[in-house]
Formats: sequence, structure tokens, C-alpha cells
Amino acid sequence: MRFLLAVIFFLLAAPAGAQLSIEITGAGAQRTPIAIVPFANEASAGTSLTAIVRADLERSGLFRGLEVPPLSPAPNENSPMNYGEWRSRLADAVVVGSVGMAADGRYEVRFRVYDVVKQAPLGAIAYLFTKDNARAAAHRIADFVYEKITGEKGVFSTQIAYVVRRGTTYELQIADADGERAQYLLRSNEPIISPVWSPDGRRIAYVSFESKKPIVYVHSLSENKRQVVASFKGSNSAPAWSPDGKTIAVVLSVEGGSQIYLINADGSGPRRRISNSQSIDTEPRYSSDGKSLYFTSDRGGSPQIYRMSATGGEAQRVTFRGSYNVTPRPSPDGRVLAYVTRESGKFQVALMDLANQQVQVITDSDRDESPSFAPNGRMILLATVIGGRGVLSAVSADGRIKQRLPYAGGDVREPSWGPFTE
Amino acid sequence: MRVILIATLSAAAVVVAGCSTTPEDQSAAAVEDRSKPGAGKPGADAKSVDRPKIAAVDVTQGRKDAASALKDPSSILSKRSIYYDLDQFEIKDEYRGLIEGHAKYLRENPGARMLIQGNTDERGSREYNVSLGQRRSDGVKRMLVLLGARDDQIESVSLGEEKPQADGQGETAFSKNRRSDILYGGEY
Repeated sequence: MRFLLAVIFFLLAAPAGAQLSIEITGAGAQRTPIAIVPFANEASAGTSLTAIVRADLERSGLFRGLEVPPLSPAPNENSPMNYGEWRSRLADAVVVGSVGMAADGRYEVRFRVYDVVKQAPLGAIAYLFTKDNARAAAHRIADFVYEKITGEKGVFSTQIAYVVRRGTTYELQIADADGERAQYLLRSNEPIISPVWSPDGRRIAYVSFESKKPIVYVHSLSENKRQVVASFKGSNSAPAWSPDGKTIAVVLSVEGGSQIYLINADGSGPRRRISNSQSIDTEPRYSSDGKSLYFTSDRGGSPQIYRMSATGGEAQRVTFRGSYNVTPRPSPDGRVLAYVTRESGKFQVALMDLANQQVQVITDSDRDESPSFAPNGRMILLATVIGGRGVLSAVSADGRIKQRLPYAGGDVREPSWGPFTE
Repeated sequence: MRVILIATLSAAAVVVAGCSTTPEDQSAAAVEDRSKPGAGKPGADAKSVDRPKIAAVDVTQGRKDAASALKDPSSILSKRSIYYDLDQFEIKDEYRGLIEGHAKYLRENPGARMLIQGNTDERGSREYNVSLGQRRSDGVKRMLVLLGARDDQIESVSLGEEKPQADGQGETAFSKNRRSDILYGGEY
């Protein structure tokens, strides 16, 4: 059902024109060689599913797609598996399948994944899809293959949000994780910053300056509407969703300065102030268990990251090295904190192991900002500046795999990686 | 162009409306365009958007005698920007006359309303810069209130690094972007 929803969602989308592409600029130490055999009859769907699956898997930096010569007869998911033959082609894994028509007129793709080294089937599944949704089907296939081989969930079916600036026009866009099928949610003559997905992936909170001051909106993807959730006197910014999606932490200046408050995500009820300092407290972000809030504060004289209970109270300082540590982003498993650190005038993304406070800088340009974890925690999307233009890039949590996402149509910034949806 | 835009919007509306009869449509993406003239109103389209309310603006009293003074280049009231040193929020002495002039205007025109927008240069976190800009605009507001303006006449906000006066890298541009701008009701 969700699958079908995805189709309609994109049918109604306003195409955003230019879109992101992804270039791999660094790969994992060892990449699994995988043979994705063109599915029998896949041309009938009008899209090469297996080409998309291969591109997805290669972009992860963990796989190397093997060229597969035309095989006769073309194997499908029911063909006997000749492990020796694939071993001689140096494949560690093989995917075979076919595309047919279901009784309801939709396409049906069936496929199997084999581990050639262990000589064992890893799994098989079938998906139904309409022609317009072939890309989504391919991403689902890639997610299945990825999970069967690596043991962790794939993020090929997730979406990303980001802001594009062209001259004085700003667009909040969402796209598939591979940058395809971009569409805009909001177009404005004033800046848009800090988009962040709700935990269920159905809403995006962001800050818009369209009224000459920052105001926080929640934009529902499933209804043709958005809602003001924080428009108090002064500035309203830095939204962060609680893991249950019911509460949004925001930063308000209504009582002077920049302090952290909680509001209901539907905009109802009163605001609750949870930080109480004479300094700047901003960029709140919930820990994955929802019990703590990480935030940036200059209470110690320079901006540093602190943690407090999600209901307020005493804060503990988290970062100590350097004089500028901002934009805390806890990983989905809660073990790592990504943030932006300034060293020698360069702004770079650092990861802190929260168990032992070890810090590793994982980017190497000098104007990196807004890191955002993939929902499986493996990659981090971020904004940087290359050649004077804002672009997105992605880096694996171990720093090895690097991707650039060039965009022809303007400056891109403020990325936010959406959650798993299913 | 406008015809095409309106046609596109209408088509989108039809699609959305047409689909809303089936449960599948729950995932129709909401699409808005606030940048184009839309229904003919500059800067805002005709979509049913909850426009946020900002502090009520009543300039009738202030404008009669002073609207010209606000724009008169020979009046201190036409000076609207206060610039800051790197990482500074203190209002430099050279802006004292400017602040006093605006405070006097607010005292003498109780119906006048003011928006102060704090700004920063582009370095660092966008959200942290929103807070730094807020500290600047709060400082201007505090001084105006000390000089006799009413608190409820003034709203201090921040645009962070988002609205630079000067493009480009380097201190020349950055120093123009670290500023507070004063706007009166009717100007924003």
C-alpha cells in the first residue's frame, strides 16, 4: 500500500527542473563484486530496473557491479544457480529475476539474491509497481539486496530535502536519495533554512523568512497545506522533532536572547521554555531515545555543544576541543555525535564517539555545514562550498566513502536526510 | 508567463482536488509558489496560507508629520544601518546620534512601529548566526527603550547570515553584512 502511495505522491509533485546528480569521489576499502543480471523481460517496464539497482549499490561505496555479458537463455529467479560459473566470473553475489504483469495490470518484479562465496541463496521477494513507479521499485530492490548482503538496512528508498537558491529565489525541494525525481514544496523570494523531516516522513518543519523575520512552519507532504507552528514576537528558528513526532523543540527570542522552547507539533497549546540562560542556546536536536537534547550554547564564552534532559534542567558540556563547535547531530543509534568544528578558520564535520569522547574530523573542505545522518547511520549528507557555489556532499561515517552531488541549477544548501518509511 | 503559471497552478489544484476522493491521495505533495505574482499581489500568491501575524502596525500617527523625515537624506532618521566589528554586539559610539534620533522619533510618535533586523556575515552555522544577529538587534532595541521608546513599539528579529548587503568573501563584504537594519511600520 505504501508503495502505491509513493506513486501518487510523485505524480502530483511539481518537477523541480534541474536535479542533483551524484559523483563518487572516494570508495570503501573493499567493495563486494556483485553481478546484477538484467532481469528477464525488464524492458517491458520501460526502465532498466537493474541499471538503477546497480547504480544505487555502487554509489553506496560498498559494491562493485560486474559487467554481465548477454546470457542465453537469460536466467531468471527460477533458473538453477550455477555457483561455479559465477565464481569464475569473480562475483561474490548474484541477483537474478524477471518482470511480468500482475492480474491488476501492474508490473511484478520477482528476484533472488545469492551468496556465491557461501553458495547459498540469501532471499527472494516480489514487488508490484506501476510504470511511473519503476524507479521506486528499483530502489526497493536495491534496499533488499543491500540488507541481505550487508546485514543493515539500505537507504535507497529514502528521500532527502534541501534548499536551492537561484538569484533571489529559494526553493525547498525533496528528491529521492539518488537526487532523482526532485520536486519543490515551497518557492519563495526570501530565504528558507533548517528543513527537518518528521520521524514518520510525512511532514517537514522549516524556517521561512517570507515575512521579513524567521518563522517556523510545518509542511504536510500528504495534504496541500502548511501550518505556522512558531510565530512569536522576535525570531523563531531551529526546529527539531521529538522521536514520537508530537513535539518540536524551537529557538525563540520572545523573552529576549535565543532560548530553547518546546511546542506541540500541531501548533496547539502554550510554549514551554526549557533552557534558561543569559547566553545563546540554539540548534536543539533530540537524542534518538528522546530523553536528551543536544544544543549549541556560548555560555562558556565560545559556542560549544551541550546536552540536557529533554525536559530541561542542568546541562553538561559535550565538546571541549577548539573554540567553535556547533550544529550537533546525534546518530540514529545514539552512539556518535556529528557536529561542525572550526579549526584554523576551516569549518569541517567531526564525529565524536560518545562512549569515549574520541573525535575524528571526517571532511576535508573548509566550509562544511549542516550534517545530516542517513537513517541507517552509515552516511552523512552535508552542505559545502566548491568553486564559490553551494553543493551537497556525502561522507561515510568512517570518512572513507565520499560523494559529491552537483546541481546545475543554483546553490544548494541545508540538506536533511529523511527517515525510513514503511 | 503568468497565464502559464496560473494554468499550471490550476492544473495542480485540479489534480489535487480530483485525487482527494481516494485514500491514496493522502500522499499528494503540497506545492506552493510564493515567488511569483500569482493572483496579482506582489510577493504573495493566492494560496490559502496561514500568514503569520507580526506585531500590529499603525503608522497613521507617525507618518503624517514624519514620513518625509524618515526618508529625508538630511535627517538622521534616514540612517538605518548600524555596523559592527567582528564578533561584536556593542553599538559603537559613532551610532549614538543615530540611535538617539530614532528613540526621539518613537517617543514623539507613539503610534510608530519599528522592526530591527540583526545580521551577520556568512561564516559559521546558519542557525547560530540567527542567534548572533538576534543579539545585535536586541542590543539596539534595548538602547532605544533606555532612551524612552516603548517596548511594544519595537520588534527585534534576526536574519542571520541570510540577507547579506554585500556579496563575496573577505572583510570588505563581511563588514557590510554585520549590521542591524531599522525599518518602520509600512516599510516591511
